[in-house]
Amino acid sequence: MPDLLQKTILDNPLIVAFAFVGLVIWISNQLAHYLTRGRVAGSAFAVLGGLALAYVGGALTGKTKGLADIAQFGGLALMGGAMMRDFTIVATASEVHVDEVKKAGWLGFLALVLGTVVPFIVGVGVAYAYGHRDPVTLTTIGAGAITYIVGPITGAAIGASSDVIALSIATGVVKSIMVMVFTPVFARFMRLNNPQAAMVFGGLAGTVSGVSAGLAATDRRLVPYGALVATFHTGFGCLLGPSILFLAVKALFG
Amino acid sequence: MVIFGTALLAACYLAGVAVGEGIALLIGVKANVGGVGIAMIFLIAAQHFLQKRGLFAVDTAKGVTFWAMMYIPVVVAMASTQNVIVAVKSGPIALISAAGAFAACIFIISAINRIIERAHIASKPLQPLSDDHDPASDLSVAPDHR
Repeated sequence: MPDLLQKTILDNPLIVAFAFVGLVIWISNQLAHYLTRGRVAGSAFAVLGGLALAYVGGALTGKTKGLADIAQFGGLALMGGAMMRDFTIVATASEVHVDEVKKAGWLGFLALVLGTVVPFIVGVGVAYAYGHRDPVTLTTIGAGAITYIVGPITGAAIGASSDVIALSIATGVVKSIMVMVFTPVFARFMRLNNPQAAMVFGGLAGTVSGVSAGLAATDRRLVPYGALVATFHTGFGCLLGPSILFLAVKALFG
Repeated sequence: MVIFGTALLAACYLAGVAVGEGIALLIGVKANVGGVGIAMIFLIAAQHFLQKRGLFAVDTAKGVTFWAMMYIPVVVAMASTQNVIVAVKSGPIALISAAGAFAACIFIISAINRIIERAHIASKPLQPLSDDHDPASDLSVAPDHR
């Protein structure tokens, strides 16, 4: 009997993931309803729960893909992978009101520029404070503070060592998880309650995974607006990182 | 038929991602540049085009909205596959630069959003969502609430 169950689960990873995520969301909705009387969105609990499960998975297996490294939950890697994430994000565009986007296109661009330059400066500043003086190291860590994809791509382009690249990935991952967790907490402070605000948020907070999960936990209807801008964030960062930003750091510290 | 909607979505996705790759190639960047955003614009345009000609049947729309509704479950699955261990165990540089970058951004977002609120560039706040009501009905209601 346990063998039978085991085989069924291992043979159908994606379907197991559907059922499992459904269960997680159901429990989260119950928690949100009974613990906070619905003041905190169920999806905020669900994202937090997902991260907690990822911690458990990582602690048990010592690998990098959270719960998906446990064979029985392998389907989560497909369901929560970049392909499905981007596919469902595109689908949310069906709920976009074009007029709302047109009102704030230029704001989105401004947010994108700030969202690239400001985290970079902070990252470079912190690395400098910790005694790093090499422009390549400074740039790579700064780029990691933009997103965890911009970091390694920039680092590889300018010839950073692998431990520096690992550090820059870690910086990006920490930032992305912070955005997921704290967006609903600071939503009111950020005035995150209308489509234009969501676009500003998408450009500044960056990282598609952070923005999409953070907005989902705040208000589902804001997701497409934030995602529309955030999706340009990584490409924009990869464009500026190894070029203008690196040259600026080299001029300052080189 | 439902599959027409999903196929339309898939076509827009692929076209957008391909354009994103093209832009990346053109400007010499090693990451897709806005492919998903471009795909979103394609989908909005295609929907608008079909709706105007009465070709966007209710069933077709269902093939798109199903995936839009699957968005949160996918994000939860994504959260459960994050490398949380590396985030927790990373040294002070990663932690401080991430927290500092995020904090700086929060303040800038807050400032910009307060300005655009006052300048009436932002739309009125959305009506609160209650957890209990049917998300499907919410979609059709949302535009009236603006």
